[in-house]
Amino acid sequence: MVKDLSVSLCGLTLKNPVVPASGTFGFGLELADTLDLNVLGGISLKGTTREARFGNPTPRIAECTAGMINSVGLQNPGIEALVSDKAPALRRIYGGCIIANISGYSVGEYAFNCERADACAAIDILEVNVSCPNVHGGGMAFGTDPQSAAAVTRAVRAVTHKPVFIKLSPNVTDIVSIARACEDAGADGLTLINTVLGMRIDIKKRKPVIANKMGGFSGPAVFPLALRMVYQVAHACRIPVMGCGGVARAEDVLEMMMAGATAVQVGAENLRNPAACPEIIEALPALMERLGIDRLQDIIGIVE
Amino acid sequence: MQKRIFTIESNEAVARDTFRVVLRTDGPVAIRSGQFVDIAIPGFYLRRPISVSDTLPDGVVLYYKVVGEGTAVMARMVPGDTLELLCGGGFGEAGATSVAATECQQDAKHRSNGVADRNEVQVAFPLHRGMSRQRQGVWGTDGIRGLGHGFHPEKCREAALLIGGGLGAAPLYLLARELLAAGRKVTAVLGFNRADEICLADAYRAIGVPVHIATLDGSAGVKGFVTDAIAAARPAFDRFYTCGPLPMMKAVCTMLDAPGEASMEERMGCGAGFCYGCTLQTKSGPRRVCADGPVFDKEEILW
Repeated sequence: MVKDLSVSLCGLTLKNPVVPASGTFGFGLELADTLDLNVLGGISLKGTTREARFGNPTPRIAECTAGMINSVGLQNPGIEALVSDKAPALRRIYGGCIIANISGYSVGEYAFNCERADACAAIDILEVNVSCPNVHGGGMAFGTDPQSAAAVTRAVRAVTHKPVFIKLSPNVTDIVSIARACEDAGADGLTLINTVLGMRIDIKKRKPVIANKMGGFSGPAVFPLALRMVYQVAHACRIPVMGCGGVARAEDVLEMMMAGATAVQVGAENLRNPAACPEIIEALPALMERLGIDRLQDIIGIVE
Repeated sequence: MQKRIFTIESNEAVARDTFRVVLRTDGPVAIRSGQFVDIAIPGFYLRRPISVSDTLPDGVVLYYKVVGEGTAVMARMVPGDTLELLCGGGFGEAGATSVAATECQQDAKHRSNGVADRNEVQVAFPLHRGMSRQRQGVWGTDGIRGLGHGFHPEKCREAALLIGGGLGAAPLYLLARELLAAGRKVTAVLGFNRADEICLADAYRAIGVPVHIATLDGSAGVKGFVTDAIAAARPAFDRFYTCGPLPMMKAVCTMLDAPGEASMEERMGCGAGFCYGCTLQTKSGPRRVCADGPVFDKEEILW
């Protein structure tokens, strides 16, 4: 039997639930000559701020056991480049769901960026990043407190008719309270988790490996942590969840969906294997066959 | 971009902590000097980017230094072992997605219909298909290329000076072969910490390139830096190319008036231009070492 990989997300139909996570796939265009992007259910674009940013000093990358730390620091060309150049260029070659990932340093900047993205026909979903661990005075500062996460959500909700997903940080005591605050403030969905704040030290140099000292830890090592949080949030909220964190195989996609994720983002794995997402998508039908699953939509949140 | 399985033909220590590995695969290799391959080492999360020192019709020669746990594992690998390399080129390169653009646009109109006809994506699936083992016999016309942008031998008019520090001698060797093939004169100045770290000097001499050595401790050649060896040898050149530690390249690029190119190094994430982990601030804005480089004109770099 032909397997149905499609999922419904805020009224949009994704041909499959697999979405490269923000920051691990550029603006999609960088990989257009390498992959057929059109096998992907969606693409979450690189996090974008109002002004262009160089990002953090290098080294920005540290290898870990079953994962890595990044401290790119939201290098991006700015919101105008996103809406006038990057997203329309991707739309010309890609028919799936385009997710703009929006960052900011103030509630006003989040709202400004989302208003600009709202006017861009190429963008399907706004993913609001209140969880970047690599910038000071922005990003994660808004996602570690229910009130400020709700304030950002309300502000962006007011300026767009596109679905708004809030991307949550795992670097909190109680992610459910923040998820609920976002839902109550009008979020259409939630993406979780962003990276876990981490650190490595070069014992020969007696210095941090990362120039910015700390960075965001991701990769298969964080999968159980991410899965647990997806499970908690999906069961506490009524809005859809995009599960993210350590997904590397088709099996992980099913786990995330059984925990309650409607779509599943693949992050760090893209960096070690640029074909990770197409490979996972190709592996899904056979895995579904083995497990007696005909429609992926049927398994979302089946684990009580 | 494509993933290819290579088999180790030899993997031998050639100098202190320095190994030369010859890798063969089942397709034509067309890698330019200064480009690199990104090697997956079993048990380690990220790939290791290593510049190509020489090419064979179906293989590459790489030099690497054992500096950490990953390269230590690589040093213990033996002939017959295999490694997966991320390379450039491959099936449908230059327009994988755009080839399918017509279908995509149609698909965009019918997105709400759910699962697309899988046939529409069969036209191009380069990395994916290139990496599938049973399909390894399938090739694009241009074979296996390197990652990144390499040196520009064509910009040398008559005579080139190659300045390598440590393992920087490795990628410059392929450049020397390209320059000689184009009828240019080539001189090499190679710097090392000490005599037992010297590598590739004989390889350069074997293809007719005069080699001037500098060692920091004076155990071979001129005592001091490559800049001292250049001052002593006074080679004639209209363009120089350098690869090595940043302080060495900075000294060379600020001392020499001639136009030059430098191969930059930075810790990489993806190695292929989409994670922005290895960005360098340059005179023309942020550039990715892996994809925009690793070779840059010396004038571009903010020394």
